[in-house]
Amino acid sequence: METMIKKKIKEVKKGDQSAYEDIVSFYQNKVYHICYRMIGNSYEAEDLAQEAFIRAYTNLSSFDERRKFSTWLYRIATNLTIDRIRKKKPDYYLDAEVKGTEGLDMYSQLAAEQALPEEEVESLELQSYIHREILALPPKYRSVIVLRYLDELALQEISDVLDIPIGTVKTRIHRGREALRKRLRHV
Amino acid sequence: MKCNKEAVMLMHKYLDGELDREEERRLRDHLQACPSCQNHFHELKRSITLIKNTGPVAAPEGFTSNVMANLPKERKRKNYTRMLQRHPILTSAAIFFILMFSGIFSAWNQDHQVTVSKQENLIIQSNTVIVPEDVTVNGDLVVRNGDLKVEGKIDGDITLINGDFVTDNPENELANGENYQAYASGEVHEVNQVFEWMWYNTKKFVSDVFSMDSN
Ligand SMILES: [Zn+2]
Repeated sequence: METMIKKKIKEVKKGDQSAYEDIVSFYQNKVYHICYRMIGNSYEAEDLAQEAFIRAYTNLSSFDERRKFSTWLYRIATNLTIDRIRKKKPDYYLDAEVKGTEGLDMYSQLAAEQALPEEEVESLELQSYIHREILALPPKYRSVIVLRYLDELALQEISDVLDIPIGTVKTRIHRGREALRKRLRHV
Repeated sequence: MKCNKEAVMLMHKYLDGELDREEERRLRDHLQACPSCQNHFHELKRSITLIKNTGPVAAPEGFTSNVMANLPKERKRKNYTRMLQRHPILTSAAIFFILMFSGIFSAWNQDHQVTVSKQENLIIQSNTVIVPEDVTVNGDLVVRNGDLKVEGKIDGDITLINGDFVTDNPENELANGENYQAYASGEVHEVNQVFEWMWYNTKKFVSDVFSMDSN
């Protein structure tokens, strides 16, 4: 599949705009999904995903063909989305939510000693509840959690997409998981 | 083993798939002996399952065609083809006539290198000629086969051949270079088609002859 995409990219670079259609159609669901899970509503997600594809097109000359196109594309999409989130909620997030997880005693808060029901309710209601809980994470944790568990990217690829060291990716995933654990404990 | 430091760290390492055999054994032993870590571990794994359960979402109908419709237009060279299709006889007659008498067409095709009439203090980056903020170009500026970005000033006319004005601020898109008048004291010409190119040359030829006459 990467070879097909590489061929299409070459055609677009040569000036054949129509070759871009196959690229968009191949990645549309992935890109839309990342935007949607991070921003939380379909209208803005569509807007962001479109913008990501248009930017990728106009900047295609700067794309290094030895690298993976998907990584580059996801980076454009996540950067746009994170920018949008920052503009929407100026200072509301920024660590406020996960403050309790900083420092040495970040795990000191122990779980309530009760057995959890084993059944996984797959209702739409539950799904949208969980989606809201993901959205309640500060953007820097939200992006790694979305890329890791919803798009199932490897740690190294997340590090490439977000352009942050792999150690930072791990720390953010750990904190994001702990935050979600607390939020979803009673589900 | 300390629950809040070591055990939980090992749980996260496990979830990242990075436990070695020895660590795995230590974590397993601890979990068997410590109900609260067991619970913590269970909650972590469960929240991951729940997150994954939100499932994938597909892009809305018509997404790809919307993107394609909103892409910036292909280079203006296409317009020339379109014009040829619309007025085939007229245009081909005109082309033959002009080609027979001039080498203009081949000159158009020959050099697709970015050229700029004045080089000092200007930056050429990939296909864009940049007039930096602190630079004032004295005299007319001609850019061929490249885009022009003006941050400084131009004291004279601007002629853009087969290129566009570009700006860092897409929301503030400049229509037909009109606003670029603010940067240039003289006239702004954009020459984007082979016909305009011929016209530009013809005019130049005529005015050159004319000014030679008046000398
Ligand atoms: Zn323990």
